[in-house]
Amino acid sequence: MSSATSSILRRASDSLSARVRWHPLEIIFWIVAFAMIWLMPTRHLIMTEIAWLGLFALSLDLIVGYAGIISLGHAAFFGVGAYVAALLAKHELINEPVLALLVAGLAAMAVGFVTSFLVLRGTDLTRLMVSLGVALMLRELANQFGWLTGGADGLQGVVMQPILGLFRFDMFGHNGFVYCLVVLFVLFLVARRLANSPFGLSLVAIKNNPLRAAAIGIPVDQRLIVIYSIAAFYAGIAGALLAQTTSFASLDVFSFDRSADLLLVLIIGGTGYLYGGLIGAILFKLMQDYLSVLTPQYWPFWIGALLVAMVLIGRDRITAWNAPLRHLAAKLDWRATRRAAAAAAAAEDR
Amino acid sequence: MALALQTKGLVKKFGGLTATNDVSLTVEKGARHALIGPNGAGKTTLINLLSGVQKPTAGRILLEGDDITGLSQHARVRRGMVRTFQINQLFGDLTPLETIGLAVSERNGLGMDWWRVAGSKRALLEEISSVLERFHLADVMNERTAILPYGKQRLLEIAVAIACQPRVLLLDEPAAGVPEDERHEILASIAALPADVTVLLIEHDMDIVFSFAQKISVLVNGGLFVEGLPDDVARDPRVKAVYLGEEAHV
Repeated sequence: MSSATSSILRRASDSLSARVRWHPLEIIFWIVAFAMIWLMPTRHLIMTEIAWLGLFALSLDLIVGYAGIISLGHAAFFGVGAYVAALLAKHELINEPVLALLVAGLAAMAVGFVTSFLVLRGTDLTRLMVSLGVALMLRELANQFGWLTGGADGLQGVVMQPILGLFRFDMFGHNGFVYCLVVLFVLFLVARRLANSPFGLSLVAIKNNPLRAAAIGIPVDQRLIVIYSIAAFYAGIAGALLAQTTSFASLDVFSFDRSADLLLVLIIGGTGYLYGGLIGAILFKLMQDYLSVLTPQYWPFWIGALLVAMVLIGRDRITAWNAPLRHLAAKLDWRATRRAAAAAAAAEDR
Repeated sequence: MALALQTKGLVKKFGGLTATNDVSLTVEKGARHALIGPNGAGKTTLINLLSGVQKPTAGRILLEGDDITGLSQHARVRRGMVRTFQINQLFGDLTPLETIGLAVSERNGLGMDWWRVAGSKRALLEEISSVLERFHLADVMNERTAILPYGKQRLLEIAVAIACQPRVLLLDEPAAGVPEDERHEILASIAALPADVTVLLIEHDMDIVFSFAQKISVLVNGGLFVEGLPDDVARDPRVKAVYLGEEAHV
């Protein structure tokens, strides 16, 4: 191999491994998230909501931000997860929450797999309509089968057993928050791995140009079915976390508002870099919390106003504001600095 | 001589329009075969049929003797038939490195691998690097494809197809829109293809066609009009009348 080729190889290898390297800001993000367990114990209930909403938005990001499938009915899978988790606990079918969580996720995944075939047909607008329709149908089914789901009254009388048989869901939501945060973190790690794998790359390729993706040998439909099912699994887990931490499931888990809010959350945070859903969930919930205290009736007005402002200002300019922050992050990136220093030293030796 | 690619009575109709009219084409293994014809002759439609973007109304397509008429696009790629596009079809958000890496990963069956980090296998990295080097893309390998200059994008367009290691390569006007002084890079890369790779070239530029092709098929109004060696085709009065004659007026 010529020296030119080997230098290209080294650069290629570096660039590809840089994709998966943990950025200092990421590490700080998760340290702060876990520090919340001790820092703000009185706010654990809202943080629990942030955690499952973040997971839910992450799930939507997998299909919107990576595969380019826009959905207005993602609550379908959230709802399936919530009801399955609540039913499992109520009828004491699976008492251990973590196992029940997994089963709820798999149930949502099964629904995602079946409906993926409907969603794949057609383009953006068709997909919006089909996903919306699926969620509406599931909501109505839950309404009709009142003997099972409790209908419009919701599923009451759910009693949760301790997590892993050890940790009770306490009324202040401390254990519930830790539980949600750990589940979110684990599933985030999996999603991060997935996004940087050849599979994840192929999704971005499909989103960019399905025609060419097929022309380099990517089975486009198969990949979309897989990611849609995985996203449904994530959404189901998020729904199950809601049901488990509140011991309740009602028809609004399927509601159109929930799907639409979710899209809002993801747009606020930004798509296609995994953290968008999490950051969006934090901003959305905190804003909702703050504004609903300020103006209990009119808070959606301010959310709407913010959204309009964001779109008008443009994402680019918003990211420009945090340029100093990114500069700091670059300084913090000691591994890069060290590598550069080593390379410089090697160059001098030559 | 073994046949790489063969069509039998291929027909494609769009409503009342017959874009491909009973085309029976044979391309020999290792051939440098050019497909020419005036605008609207159905050249791109034929490539779309061959690559599986469109399904033929009638007729069959054989790749190395096997009927592939019913196969999907990606299945044809896996069988070794790869195409490029007249208008660049690239992944704007990916870098050339990622694009080539993706094509190489897919060919090695890593496409469903969701756990391994992209590009963590040494053999694959070597292959990726060599494609980047051959197509002069190493200096821009970490730039987003969407912001690359047109000439580089055009090189990438061809490079992605080569990264799929085709046995049959369908080139749809590879030099389209590339300025004169950048053409040689693309033409050199095509000329450097291994001799056992079969190439079917669609091209408007007669200089390229006659410098490259060992055999030429002329397509007119969706049907095969004349077929033969370059010199014979060039001398054929009928071809001059419908095609070269028309060119001469321009």
